[in-house]
Amino acid sequence: MANTENQISVGPAAPGCKKVDPILIASGVRRQFGGLTAVDVAHVEIPRGKITALIGPNGAGKTTFFNLLTGFDKPNEGSWTFDGKELAGVSSYKVARLGMIRTFQLTKALSLLTVIENMRLGAQEQPGESFLRAFIRPLWSRREAQITETADELLKRFKLDAKREDYAAALSGGQRKLLEMARALMSNPKLVMLDEPMAGVNPALTQSLLDHIKQLKTNGTSVLFVEHDMHMVRHISDWVIVMAEGKVVAEGPPADVMKDQAVIDAYLGAHANTDLGDVEIGGQKETN
Amino acid sequence: MDWLSIFNLALGELISPITAVFVMCAIGLSVHFGYTGLLNFGQAAFAAVGAYGMAISILTFKVPLLGAVAIGLVASAVFALILGIPTLRLRADYLAIVTIATSEVFRYLMTTIGFAPVTGGSNGLSQFGAEFWAMNPIPVGEYALGPFSYRHDQLFIIILAWLLVAVCAVLVWLLMRSPWGRVLKGIREDEDAVRSLGKNVFAYKIQALILGGLFASLGGMVFVLNLSNVQPQSWGTTITFMIWTVLLLGGAATVLGPIVGGMVFFVLLSLTQGIMSGLVDAGLLPFLTAPQVGQIRFLLIGLALMLLVIFRPQGIFGNKKELQFNG
Repeated sequence: MANTENQISVGPAAPGCKKVDPILIASGVRRQFGGLTAVDVAHVEIPRGKITALIGPNGAGKTTFFNLLTGFDKPNEGSWTFDGKELAGVSSYKVARLGMIRTFQLTKALSLLTVIENMRLGAQEQPGESFLRAFIRPLWSRREAQITETADELLKRFKLDAKREDYAAALSGGQRKLLEMARALMSNPKLVMLDEPMAGVNPALTQSLLDHIKQLKTNGTSVLFVEHDMHMVRHISDWVIVMAEGKVVAEGPPADVMKDQAVIDAYLGAHANTDLGDVEIGGQKETN
Repeated sequence: MDWLSIFNLALGELISPITAVFVMCAIGLSVHFGYTGLLNFGQAAFAAVGAYGMAISILTFKVPLLGAVAIGLVASAVFALILGIPTLRLRADYLAIVTIATSEVFRYLMTTIGFAPVTGGSNGLSQFGAEFWAMNPIPVGEYALGPFSYRHDQLFIIILAWLLVAVCAVLVWLLMRSPWGRVLKGIREDEDAVRSLGKNVFAYKIQALILGGLFASLGGMVFVLNLSNVQPQSWGTTITFMIWTVLLLGGAATVLGPIVGGMVFFVLLSLTQGIMSGLVDAGLLPFLTAPQVGQIRFLLIGLALMLLVIFRPQGIFGNKKELQFNG
């Protein structure tokens, strides 16, 4: 990458390479489940203001790594900083307050709350969330109005405004993904971490989800996402990190990583560029 | 069979102080279970802690009534912390197991002979109510209230008990329409999601456990003031399950649910007792004896609870819409 304007890494792309402006730096993060080492990341840096994809085969430790970084799981050892702040041992809700908001692989819409209440819950600094102040409405009603305004704007952007008063349980799977992403944006986070944002989303919604993620970057938010959909990875990410067996095995701009024959064969499968239908037919031919 | 007296007796349960006590405990449980999703099977113990806290403060430490009430409430909050700190970080079912065990432990502690000088052992405590009854502003006499007639002291505790119910209900109503209540409901739905949005889930759960426990403790104090004694056997698990029935009958995540649930529960309990005793006396139920009626009606209540949970899980006041998606 000779283009210095879009330069992300310092020097050539390699696993664990230094970034020009990292927002998240992790070193020596290791998590063992009994004898199995799920995550063993020597060093990785996530660039600021970019869309970074985290890919790898099932069981590569992507989601575990997510859980570790966001405080939902504790590593055996390791340290990581977010925006210059040491995060090891910090509880998950404090991580979120620092501006690093995650979503979940299995959508966690709060089913029996309405869509708008789901959104309001995403906001920070609502004084009415403290027990004693909750009794006195004037102490929190102004902030509530601001929050509602932000929520309505986001709902409109995510085309969920028609569902405002519906229970989240009444939404389709794809709409819940949208709601979860919109809710994560309520606090105006610095880094959004999306765990398989495309899983279970129908093709009609895929494009709008992609646009939303690209718009995040335009607004200056950094994005890190786990995804299996290679089309999406190629389409929107600025940087790709490949994990396998808990380790970072390759890094680079999507075009370069996808060309890396070793990555293609080992982690994306030999048929990464072929239509799945063709592969199946090919397979059948072989068995016939 | 004297239908009029059966109905009168049942109607009297509508406003009896015991109904109010169960309503207060159920309002507390609605904060725990209905709004926060905490499975507390030791609500009777929260009531008992409040009752014993008050009675022991008055009798052993000679504290004035209001101070004793405050000590009872503090004891209840401490009890909630002891229960909550080790268990609320764990999955919901652990709290259920710990609460049911702790409530039995507390009951046996109060029964233990070793503590009898303070707790009264299995005989319990009495004669702690003098200051309370002296506070009664209602002049001595009989007062007619519709078909009922109450003595001044009965009227006093009825009014006080239902005033407390009103206070608890208004507090819950205020809280549950606030952002604080929104966080609780979020925790009920999925605590990890709420955590990922930057809320200190553990602190909220502790607050909810304490608040709901305080309501139950107030109820426990009214209960023992009304009976003029506090005994360990009054606080068995049966009481906890009666509180659950009251809550589920009315609707777990509603403000009015526990109130109406409590009224319906005690009216039904009294009606079944009255009607069945009447039938037994008239020889229409030859297979039953009078003492068995008392047991049978609880059997019927259990059956009613099962039918309720199957056919109307949202209770009388619950929002049907909320449950339709619940899978």
